[in-house]
Amino acid sequence: MYPLKYHKAASVDDAVAILTKGDSAKLLAGGQTLLATMKQHLAAPGDLVDIRAIAGMSGIKAEGDTLVIGAATTHAEVAGNSDVAKLCPMLASLAAGIGDPAVRHAGTIGGSIANNDPAADYPAGLLAVAATIVTSKRKIPADEFFDGLFTTALEEDEVITSIRVTRPKRAAYAKFRQPASLFALVGVCVADGAGGVRVAVTGAGDDGVFRHDGLEAALAAKWSADAVKGVKVASDGLLSDIHGSAEYRANLIRVMAGRAVAAS
Amino acid sequence: MTKVTMIVNGKAVSREVPDETLLSDFLREKLRLTGTHVGCDTSQCGACVVHVNGRAVKSCSTLAVALEGAEVTTIEGLSNGELHPMQTAFNEHHGLQCGFCTPGMIMTSVDMVARYKSEGRKLTAEAIRTELEGNICRCTGYHNIVRAVEDAAGKM
Repeated sequence: MYPLKYHKAASVDDAVAILTKGDSAKLLAGGQTLLATMKQHLAAPGDLVDIRAIAGMSGIKAEGDTLVIGAATTHAEVAGNSDVAKLCPMLASLAAGIGDPAVRHAGTIGGSIANNDPAADYPAGLLAVAATIVTSKRKIPADEFFDGLFTTALEEDEVITSIRVTRPKRAAYAKFRQPASLFALVGVCVADGAGGVRVAVTGAGDDGVFRHDGLEAALAAKWSADAVKGVKVASDGLLSDIHGSAEYRANLIRVMAGRAVAAS
Repeated sequence: MTKVTMIVNGKAVSREVPDETLLSDFLREKLRLTGTHVGCDTSQCGACVVHVNGRAVKSCSTLAVALEGAEVTTIEGLSNGELHPMQTAFNEHHGLQCGFCTPGMIMTSVDMVARYKSEGRKLTAEAIRTELEGNICRCTGYHNIVRAVEDAAGKM
């Protein structure tokens, strides 16, 4: 890893100030992607701003029917939280399936969505339930936040502070794992919630997480695993790599959508 | 360079290290605690797992300077004069061959058993296999590791 300067931000303003004046500064939360990327020299920030010690940055609370999850909350905390289990169990099971136990003890929800890996689990879950991403500047609907491969609506000096999820009527996430990386080869989240009936797909799109109109229409008409069976899922715009062709992923999208509905 | 102070295996230690120092390098190079192994250095293999504030993490994917004041336990800190029940079980059940992955396997397994006990969940053989997803062993085929964890779980 190249030399860097580590900063422990005391407040969001503090983090923003260091981000603004730093040498290609990056935010650090769990570091489960960023540190690996830096070791490979794919990223070389001169300054790292650790946001984990900022008061209120981690932890989960329920405000009526809305879950408020701090950006630096770990996957293990989301997976084991009683408010998440009550208001949105889909998110608990999604978080419990990320990586392995040691990764879940360190990796955070804010870090995952800020990175927006095209095979990460949270982007599908949060897009399907129409979550709101709260930052140091504004509130961003999930539809506007996820902006393509490893790209988000975040500005250079913007810090995610929390994620808000309104209790869906029903929701479930089904993931076909790439067994070596434990990322999603294809992951599908189906939800009937604040944003209506939504189906979000990760691991498959060549431009990151996306919603599938055909599956949404089928489930809006009838919420059943059978309803998705007749839906045509085109392979256009899907990833093709050594782990699976675009056609294979297209088929998996329909299969995983069916499994998610069955589990909802 | 930053001076970092943490509690490692019950003792306070301070070292001045470059900010980019990984916890795995801090333990091995600065403290000479070479029981923590670095296998892949990409967070895949789990040979470097230690406990930070009571939770299993991969020390190759953690910055040392971020752990000011933290409590770290390595494989060297597990035994208390006598071997930890998990270490004894790995010995008795032949849960290792070359031994390279063993420190990480044991630290992950101790964390796993403690978590399941505190949550009141039953630790089945299948659950052990799922929990060991982040720890790779290229010798044993895992069967004896799973038996060792099952045995130790009953004694912890």
